[in-house]
Amino acid sequence: MDWFYSFPNMNDDTLRNLKKAMDEGFKAFTRQYGDVIESFFQPLQYFLIQAERFMTTTPWPVMIVLIGGIAWIASRNWKIVGGTILTLLLIGYFDMWSDAMKTIAMIFVGTVVSIVVGIPIGIVMARSDGFQRMVNPILDVMQTMPSFVYLIPVVMLLGIGKVPGLIAVVIYAIPPMIRLTNLGIRLVDKDVLEAADAFGSSSWQRLRNVQIPLALPTIMAGINQTIMMALAMVVIASMIGVQGLGQPVLRSVNGQFFSLGLFNGLAIVGIAIIFDRVSQAYGKRLQKHQEVVHG
Amino acid sequence: MADRSVQGAGIKIKNLYKIFGQRPQAYVEAVKKGMSKTELNEDHGHVLGLRDINIDMPAGCIQVVMGLSGSGKSTLIRHINRLIDPTAGEVIIDGADVCKMNQNDLRQFRRHKTAMVFQKFALLPHRTVLDNTVYGLEIQGLSREKQEEQARRWIGRVGLKGFEDHYPNQLSGGMQQRVGLARALTNDAPILLMDEAFSALDPLIRMDMQSVLLDLQKEIKKTVVFITHDLDEALRLGDRIAILRDGEVVQQGTGQDIVLQPADEYISSFVKEVNRGRVIMVDTIATQSGAPSTTGGVTVKTGTILEEAAKTMTDANQQYATVIDDNGKPTGVISMNSLIQAMVTPISHLTSKAAAE
Repeated sequence: MDWFYSFPNMNDDTLRNLKKAMDEGFKAFTRQYGDVIESFFQPLQYFLIQAERFMTTTPWPVMIVLIGGIAWIASRNWKIVGGTILTLLLIGYFDMWSDAMKTIAMIFVGTVVSIVVGIPIGIVMARSDGFQRMVNPILDVMQTMPSFVYLIPVVMLLGIGKVPGLIAVVIYAIPPMIRLTNLGIRLVDKDVLEAADAFGSSSWQRLRNVQIPLALPTIMAGINQTIMMALAMVVIASMIGVQGLGQPVLRSVNGQFFSLGLFNGLAIVGIAIIFDRVSQAYGKRLQKHQEVVHG
Repeated sequence: MADRSVQGAGIKIKNLYKIFGQRPQAYVEAVKKGMSKTELNEDHGHVLGLRDINIDMPAGCIQVVMGLSGSGKSTLIRHINRLIDPTAGEVIIDGADVCKMNQNDLRQFRRHKTAMVFQKFALLPHRTVLDNTVYGLEIQGLSREKQEEQARRWIGRVGLKGFEDHYPNQLSGGMQQRVGLARALTNDAPILLMDEAFSALDPLIRMDMQSVLLDLQKEIKKTVVFITHDLDEALRLGDRIAILRDGEVVQQGTGQDIVLQPADEYISSFVKEVNRGRVIMVDTIATQSGAPSTTGGVTVKTGTILEEAAKTMTDANQQYATVIDDNGKPTGVISMNSLIQAMVTPISHLTSKAAAE
């Protein structure tokens, strides 16, 4: 009855050998292809460094005018612009300006990569049920797998630094981008699509003139979600060497500095609220003409 | 361009079958041999959409296809530009079988030969009236200048001048369908497909749009295929009418043919509600007897509907009128008596309806 009380698990030696084989296999893979993969991500590193340099070297008043201007263009709402500027001023006053700029640069690059990679995948998913069946479980894994687990192979391959941090952020943040692009395109009114077909649209014209514009509000919701999730990864990414607001938070956990943690945490919240309100207001403006006013 | 718009293209539909389901080809032969719609559905899980449709639509005419919901009329119109693929049969336009075109030819055919107006308008909500109207030409790749020139002309013709920069959700249903019509006309295709185009509009606006279409048709002379479930609309618009029931054509002919000789009880039950005075023409009841001297000089043209003839005669306070042809030559005489007799629903229709119930 032994098997009844303790699970008849795999032989200890076999298990040890299996793990050892996997580890060694991956190590060999790293030795063999590490350099190739690193050079593959070289442009990303360049992009990231440029973005960070721009954000940190531009004088703060220029930066505030710039971010305030973007908030105005996107939202056309003075309250949101005022809130944005006030938050930035507070962050600067509490001496977190340069960390905050590094974090914003990271979020910006992470979001751009997620959009560039995510939207095409979402479009293909919307066109093919088979591809959707294949991608959906992968997205589930990406969203539920604890981030530390995929940090291990990333760090083994690329070492510690900005790029592995960015990859971790993108892995975590891209699923809503892909899912909502797919959903948005699938929900496009069938009658309008039929009209586009009846006028002889090619499949590219259909995509560009009908599907993308009509799915845009949903895609914008995906971008908003992606930004929020990228911000949530800031602290974890700081563990593998990403600079910004995450670093002081990490330090305050190790040294039990309550106020340091609180200030930096609130700065992350402030940035999250700015991004959220601005991108949501922009999404709403896109929907202006899609609501039914007349019956 | 002007030449093309005057000449419509005739449409010949031959032995068209449509079966919906997993393996439609497997059942075509059985359906051709007479398997019923119910048997196909209950025993084999396939739905019969259309059975042996043969309609010859002459160029430059308004062909109405009438039927109740589920009769297959919307399926039929979608075969003309192949938004739905047929199971068997041919749709011949300009000598080419639409059903056999490859994707590229089909796209070119849709761009240049057909334009469509939809029941639910199907406008692009993120585009203004002008940008919606140019859609067909934009797809064809014309220069923006030419697109706008055409579009503005047709926006004016359907009575939307001044609304070019409005968005569809700022317009009423009737105005949105005017945009739909302008979009289709701007395409300048010889065939205009209208799928229950006016059914979603309220009755007054619908009458209004029917007048717009009839006025335009005098000028553009396109081959119009108009789908409706409303016999009054069918009779008002149609040069020729085909009536569809359960995916089969039960009768086709002119409006007058259908009102005067309904093919079966199903059609007579529709026809009995119709205002006959607006459908039947004086030619049908004109007789050769009776001297023209008794008509007191009142004349009505051949092709006049009874209602108008009655008005002319009562205005002149006469019991008789002479029917004249286009050259002014008398062809017969009508009396007020025969006029009223023809306008009142014949008893045979009422009894056949009663018998059916």
